[in-house]
Amino acid sequence: MLLDSNSDKPVYAQLVEAIEDDILREIFKEDSKIISTTEMSVQLRINPGTALKAINLLADDEIIYKKRGVGMFVYKGAKKKIMNKRKKSFREIFVLPMMKEADKLKISKKEINEMMEGSKEV
Amino acid sequence: MSRIEINGVTKKYGKTTALKNVNLVFEANKIHGLLGRNGAGKTTLLNLITNKIFPTEGEITVCGESAIENDKVLNTMFYMMEQNIFPKSTKVIEAFRWTSEIYKSFDMDYAKELSARFELNTSKKIKQLSTGYKSIFKAIATLASNAEIMLFDEPVLGLDAYHRDMFYAELIDNYSKNQKTIIVSTHLIEEVSNILEEVIIIKKGRIIKQESVENLLLSSYTIAGENSKVDEYLKDREYVGVNGIGEFKKAIVLEKNINKDINLANKLDLKFGKTELQKLFISLTES
Repeated sequence: MLLDSNSDKPVYAQLVEAIEDDILREIFKEDSKIISTTEMSVQLRINPGTALKAINLLADDEIIYKKRGVGMFVYKGAKKKIMNKRKKSFREIFVLPMMKEADKLKISKKEINEMMEGSKEV
Repeated sequence: MSRIEINGVTKKYGKTTALKNVNLVFEANKIHGLLGRNGAGKTTLLNLITNKIFPTEGEITVCGESAIENDKVLNTMFYMMEQNIFPKSTKVIEAFRWTSEIYKSFDMDYAKELSARFELNTSKKIKQLSTGYKSIFKAIATLASNAEIMLFDEPVLGLDAYHRDMFYAELIDNYSKNQKTIIVSTHLIEEVSNILEEVIIIKKGRIIKQESVENLLLSSYTIAGENSKVDEYLKDREYVGVNGIGEFKKAIVLEKNINKDINLANKLDLKFGKTELQKLFISLTES
């Protein structure tokens, strides 16, 4: 779990993304337990309140659920849910800035397509 | 509830006013950062809260009671002072024992465990310790005190990066296992910015900011680009800390509710960026 120190988002939002990334990469698997907020805050050197805020947001989105006295778990279907959510912002976050930069550098759509073909294996 | 309230407090030393009409509440169970430049009044404030000195005017209450000559209240607080309170020939282990006599909740096993982890030799005399290890000794005593309120004045003074990082991890662990009110005064702002929940900025004896770190950072952003274009963007906006190199400059815009004009910025070819607590602090405390 890593935070992006260059991100201009608040720390709790960065943590939400970091946990989601770990679920997408199956470091945290569906139906299994994830690390506690204490462990998270110590590892990442962040205020425990911040970690709690991130967890509560993930719980609201039904990505994580808490079992009293046991810990926090990943919902079944959480991975799909995160993928759908991320897809919605894909154009805005990745495609639009790319098109803007391409426009500045006078890179044609054809060239972009070629580059994408060449990057498929990544 | 270990809440600290400071009402209309002024502290004068002869003709010098160290703190002027300070009104402040440290909410219970939060980690507060007390930030200010040298001589701003941070230590004076901590000394007042812990009853080491008395206010010239105003009143301070801890858990709803005055701390003045109030042992019950004073025992809920542990103050890691910059200066040393023990006789110079005292050994570290003896200092821990003395502390445990006064603070009944002092956890000796934890103090020993931390000493081992930080490689602090407890049979050494305090005066033989290096600056860094003096800080480590005091930080360990404070963490092990189990006090409801912990006050740290420059806790990482003289510590190397490795030990500073260890201290921050331990502070978070200690806090999350047993909720308490923590006040940290420090000059190393960026290192603690993710750890703090609230910041209090003191400038020349006055409180100029008290806010959550999250809100403070969310209510400011940087804008950078060509001089005249940045000026155009800044018109009618509140800003601080303008930095320039040649024809380009960067400023920190302060807005209660972020109201970035993305269209205007695009038109003027300006770039937005995030503010860092340290940079914001420098701009706000410039004389």
